[in-house]
Amino acid sequence: MKLECVPTVSELGSISILGQITNISAALKEGQVTPTELCQRCLALIRSTQFLNAYITVAEETALKQAEESEKRYRRGQPLGELDGIPIAVKDNFNTAGIETTCASNMLKGYISPYNATVVQKLLDGGAVLLGKTNLDEFAMGSGSTDGVFGPVRNPWSYSRQYKEKIVPRSDSEPENSNWVITGGSSGGSAAAVSAFTCFAALGSDTGGSTRNPAAHCGVVGLKPTYGLISRHGLIPLVNSMDVPGILTRCVDDAAVVLGSLAGHDPKDSTTVQDIFQPFALPSLTDVSKLSIGIPKEYHAPGLSSEILAVWSKAADLFKNAGAKVVEVSLPHTHYSIVCYHVLCTAEVASNMARFDGLEYGHRSDMNKSTESMYAATRREGFSDVVRGRILSGNYFLLKQNYEDYFVKAQKVRRLIANDFVKVFGSGVDILLTPTTLSDAVPYVEFIKEDNRTRSTQDDILTQAANMAGLPAVNVPTALSGRGLPIGLQFIGRSFQEKQLLTVAKWFEKQVQFPMIQLEEVKKHDNGVLQHQKSASFS
Amino acid sequence: MAARGCGGVWCRVLQRGPGGSCSASRPRRAVACNARGGAVPLGQSGLAPWAAVVGLEIHAQITSNSKLFSGSQVQFAAPPNSLVSFFDASLPGTLPVLNRRCVEATVMTGLALNCTINKKSLFDRKHYFYADLPAGYQITQQRVPIAVNGSLSYSLCKDNKMSQMVTKTVRIKQIQLEQDSGKSLHDDARSQTLIDLNRAGVGLMEVVMEPDMCCGEEAAAAVRELQLILQTLGSSQAIMAEGQLRVDANISVHHPGEPYGVRTEVKNINSIRFLAKAVDYEIQRQIKELENGGTVLNETRAFDSKLGCTVPMRDKEGKQDYRFMPEPNLPPLILYDAKSLPANVNHQQVVNIDWIHERLPDLPSVKRAKLVELYGILPEHSFTLVNEDGLMDFFEDVVKQTQMKPKKVIGWILSDLLSHLKQHSLTAKESPISSFLLADLLNLLENGDISSSAAKQGITAIHLKFSMWDSSSFQVFEELWKGEGKTPLEIVKEKQLELIQDQEELEQICQAVIDEREKEVMAIKGGNEKVINKLIGLVRKATRGRANPLLVKQILEKKLSE
Repeated sequence: MKLECVPTVSELGSISILGQITNISAALKEGQVTPTELCQRCLALIRSTQFLNAYITVAEETALKQAEESEKRYRRGQPLGELDGIPIAVKDNFNTAGIETTCASNMLKGYISPYNATVVQKLLDGGAVLLGKTNLDEFAMGSGSTDGVFGPVRNPWSYSRQYKEKIVPRSDSEPENSNWVITGGSSGGSAAAVSAFTCFAALGSDTGGSTRNPAAHCGVVGLKPTYGLISRHGLIPLVNSMDVPGILTRCVDDAAVVLGSLAGHDPKDSTTVQDIFQPFALPSLTDVSKLSIGIPKEYHAPGLSSEILAVWSKAADLFKNAGAKVVEVSLPHTHYSIVCYHVLCTAEVASNMARFDGLEYGHRSDMNKSTESMYAATRREGFSDVVRGRILSGNYFLLKQNYEDYFVKAQKVRRLIANDFVKVFGSGVDILLTPTTLSDAVPYVEFIKEDNRTRSTQDDILTQAANMAGLPAVNVPTALSGRGLPIGLQFIGRSFQEKQLLTVAKWFEKQVQFPMIQLEEVKKHDNGVLQHQKSASFS
Repeated sequence: MAARGCGGVWCRVLQRGPGGSCSASRPRRAVACNARGGAVPLGQSGLAPWAAVVGLEIHAQITSNSKLFSGSQVQFAAPPNSLVSFFDASLPGTLPVLNRRCVEATVMTGLALNCTINKKSLFDRKHYFYADLPAGYQITQQRVPIAVNGSLSYSLCKDNKMSQMVTKTVRIKQIQLEQDSGKSLHDDARSQTLIDLNRAGVGLMEVVMEPDMCCGEEAAAAVRELQLILQTLGSSQAIMAEGQLRVDANISVHHPGEPYGVRTEVKNINSIRFLAKAVDYEIQRQIKELENGGTVLNETRAFDSKLGCTVPMRDKEGKQDYRFMPEPNLPPLILYDAKSLPANVNHQQVVNIDWIHERLPDLPSVKRAKLVELYGILPEHSFTLVNEDGLMDFFEDVVKQTQMKPKKVIGWILSDLLSHLKQHSLTAKESPISSFLLADLLNLLENGDISSSAAKQGITAIHLKFSMWDSSSFQVFEELWKGEGKTPLEIVKEKQLELIQDQEELEQICQAVIDEREKEVMAIKGGNEKVINKLIGLVRKATRGRANPLLVKQILEKKLSE
């Protein structure tokens, strides 16, 4: 969400919490607001938006302590950087020392990790204030943020003026609150937390679209960096070969700021690249005429809503009209992606989940007839049906008699999918432009009519190929649907070309002027400049 | 491949007794070896000969400061669970980081075993649930291991005679890097299992030997040679008693020319001596089983060292499907040689095969050849010197410090020192007699200051001081050795072991012997000159070995011709 106005000291002598990181950072430096004030404001907003169920754990005490430390640094004139004092949230599948890490699973309920994930540590080292841990689908397996033991996350847009105005009550018999829509997932808690202004940035994880999908549904920027650019150490894995920490922010510039603090080699993760990462500030593009934007025709997928299709082609026209070269390209193996992903994902899930046996940590069943029966009971009690289903199919694919037919074939298809991208980028295309989701967010009551597997299959279809190929991709909020819900588009870039990707995304963000969410709860807590916000709509 | 396997008549015969019984003193039936290499059981007319096929899987713990994929220390017998990192306990979110030292040790071992080193190798996950395997899988190298297609030459003696050494070769299929598991300690009384993860994640090299051996002794000799190589390289301490070297034997029997029989895997073998026993027992068991019309089951058996037999292990979950999968958290392991080494590369980041190759120490076979060439000793002597822990260094130290010829020194080392050491289960490094003192003693002998029997008494006496069995000797030498800087010469003097240099004294003793032995003197004078040796012996006895035999002979001859 692009904020045109730089937060300024308002009549009430305070600063907006709706701003972007760079501006807040400047305000902190100038002493217009203190980290503690900022933190308290966010905590108050978390409380008043508790019904969203965005957070599993709110670490109020440690957050305030961190804010206090930050305040001391600002007073000494020695802040650690742009993130010092900035309130952030972290998806509850990243390890946080001293703060519960649950993966929204009974298996890890009450589990307190003794160490910080590298990305968490880097944020803390940069002075960021960790507000809490956000909700997700159990072990990040899902696309709705509806399948965790702490209940579903509600999309803040369900409570926006924009949505409320458009939505026609279905029937008198249904309770009013059945209209609320899902956030998408699995990083729905993080997306909702950013969308509802409870934090300035949040970490998600992205294995098949888990950052970009909820970002699209919640109207925020969601960046999935190149595989190997950011450390996975401390991220509880779903699919090691595809997982990347994701970044959810209010605007593209903020995503670049957070990326700058997280990227780079980690000796604790052998899959991170050795090259030194240079943090960058994004230039404001004025000329896109040298750009070549690829429109992959396979992303015109079955089930793509006409509304999204319209937004997508409008966006293509926007580039064309600005002088960019817009070409239709083909990624011919795209439609094999989902089934291939299913095999690889479940196989790795089966393997990664093997460690949850109740011995070293986490849930342990009371069953003690034998070690085997204890394992079985522990895993039955600790994992949901969705998790157990994936473990079962994964183990099936890995059986000696099936390995060649499923796993090896899926790996070969994965190679073909990755090569599709190599060919397209080799042909001179700089960036691919695609929809992020097939439609806008569905009401929860609709969503749960289909099971998790069906939903994941449908929802990952546009995002998941980028994970197969390890490419960077970003969701940029683009327009509101007819129902007043966010629609996002996805940009996919070349490996390790995050700067180019985000530069284009920033240009696009500026053009579309995505409207700001109108939330009563936020208004109450903001003394700033909300009323000055433009609400011009792109569509 | 006739050169491999059990070739020739030298192979120790396969013996078997009534099956089931583990008694060591059971009647045995001889099984001879045919020329082609098979063991031929005699008797039971009309049956084709049996041949045994033995392959080995050997796990060697890599000597390294830290574990294969984590920074935890590696240490034997540390307090339980004191060497466990978050990764070793498989805390969620932790990732493996490959220890370069373990890779280098494995490359070194591969080169020493004449393997082809794969420039690119891969890691895999092998899944099974077990309490001491916290992640539910072991990281290993199933598809592409570091080293493949090697060979190991080893020697053993024919018919248990040191003088008849035979050299054989076993093919090395592969050497792979993998993680060790933790340890489960079962407390049956309280029906509890306690887990110690200190060992979890320690680097192992799994050396897979092709089934080129045919009896326990061959297997034992091959493992001993491997052990020596590992210790020479320093890639593993390879102490079986500490579990640093673990051997599983795959054993089957068949009639030569027919397909291999069903094999069993024998585990729980914790010494080389037991390996030979276990393999031979299992061969005999299988032969008996088949001859009685039974079948051999494809099963895992454990060696019971107390009973000296193998027993079926209770299979945990029947047939395991390990559901192998590539380890996604470790990129392919790339090794370089001089040619492929990129120009601008940080040498700390890469493993250079050629660099390691150039720095390989002398392997045991080379050491033996050098000993033979340098000192003119017999090949079988060089074998003992190298195979006995620390003996070669001891020998070379003694040689350096004495005028005695190495060929003579070797006799002292092998027959006197070694037998004393073995008697007390000591290694050369633990020898109560230092190489310096032994050299001193040999110098006295070489200078004619003492006789060899006196010198031997010296060795025995010095040794007894430590064995604490002979209290009188113990007291004498305790006193001697307490006084610092006492040399063998001083000991010899105090024990009056030096040769009698006084000609007159010697002549008197000789005369006394002649006077006592009228019968022998008559025989000599009658032409049976050999009898003089008896008189010489009597003189030496009278002098407690302190007489120079040549001198005694001269005196006696002179006196008898008078």
